[in-house]
Amino acid sequence: MWKWLHPYANPEVSYHFAGKILPWLSALAALFLSIGLIWALAFAPADYQQGDSFRIFYIHVPAASLSMGIYLGMAIAAFTSLVWQFKLADASAAAMAPVGATFTAIALITGAAWGKPMWGTWWIWDARLTSELILLFLYLGVIALHNAFEDKNLAGKAAGILTLVGVINLPIIKYSVEWWNTLHQGSTVSKLGKPSMSVDMLWPFVFCFLGFIFLVSVFICIRFRSEILARNSIRPWVRTLVSEHIAQEKTNAV
Amino acid sequence: MNPRRKKRLTIVGSVLAGIAVVSGLVLYALSQNIDLFYTPAEITQGKKDSGIKPQIGQRIRIGGLVVPNTVKRDPDNLKVSFSLSDMKMPIVFDESDLMVSVHYEGILPDLFREAQGIVANGTLTRSSSGELYVEASEVLAKHDENYMPTELAEAAGKNYKKLDYSDKQLNNGY
Repeated sequence: MWKWLHPYANPEVSYHFAGKILPWLSALAALFLSIGLIWALAFAPADYQQGDSFRIFYIHVPAASLSMGIYLGMAIAAFTSLVWQFKLADASAAAMAPVGATFTAIALITGAAWGKPMWGTWWIWDARLTSELILLFLYLGVIALHNAFEDKNLAGKAAGILTLVGVINLPIIKYSVEWWNTLHQGSTVSKLGKPSMSVDMLWPFVFCFLGFIFLVSVFICIRFRSEILARNSIRPWVRTLVSEHIAQEKTNAV
Repeated sequence: MNPRRKKRLTIVGSVLAGIAVVSGLVLYALSQNIDLFYTPAEITQGKKDSGIKPQIGQRIRIGGLVVPNTVKRDPDNLKVSFSLSDMKMPIVFDESDLMVSVHYEGILPDLFREAQGIVANGTLTRSSSGELYVEASEVLAKHDENYMPTELAEAAGKNYKKLDYSDKQLNNGY
């Protein structure tokens, strides 16, 4: 059943596969983000209470959901790496951590910028905001652990354990607005059935959301490739790749 | 799956299950304290499960809906008082609802209006007539999850205008 996956356990195959899908992902990201952001920022109707301030929604919500989505991806990679001792999974987890941390920071900063005019405060220690801040600290911890050991396998194991322990934070972030009284509102688009948003505001969101998903995949692909190269730098295939690249540079220079 | 992998899978799986159970219990034990605010009914009657009631003089946050026709603004300064009732869906107000009034001096957030969710930060006080009220030092607006373009909102009968402040009010306030 999983036989088709086996060739990708080879770093060289995975490296070339990631390189092959990279231009497609970049094109899709550019397409969806340019349509989505222009539509969202210039043409979507303003909200009846918040006016134009609500447009930060189109960046805040994708960033916040992706901050959790990337963490889930990282946790799955950490799990496979711990159980199957699959080295590439560590490389992919290390590739995802800084991207996830960046999107968590974007969600927190855009949220604060919206909170000041709408709520009347930049920050409040309610369950949603606090748990999202903890997610940022978890990411920073995972990044630190990946860089704390000379031995990449040991580093992957330590970071993987922290990632798996932190996974408990994901349902807390997601359901914090339902379990407790919070200042943060409930979710608008992820409700099953009917989203609490009119259709002409929702479509640009769909485009932005897909665009950000592709953008994240592009970043992760690039980082995954460089992680593979860094971890396999003594292998002959990496050496040939590098010498070919240098030869190419030389002919270009001449 | 070979036995070594199976062993690692059980170890990782059981550790994760253990963490899930422990944090579930911790959150359950803390659930009363993670709430950001008391609702008006909780102030007068105590929390639903534990019966914990805030003390007079305690600094608390109160959260609720602004009851229509209770907003009283002093024409000369920034003093304002209004009553809050529990949030519920659909939003209907009733004479029998438990209410707690809030006194505040300062500029209210943009989203403040009747039937809007509000969180106020202040001291629980008992007036000379024996009524409970909150002397607020900060008023925050709680936005709901509904977004609507202006035309649709007007069609649904939802009109929204920001509060106006006269020069006199603003000058006396500060």
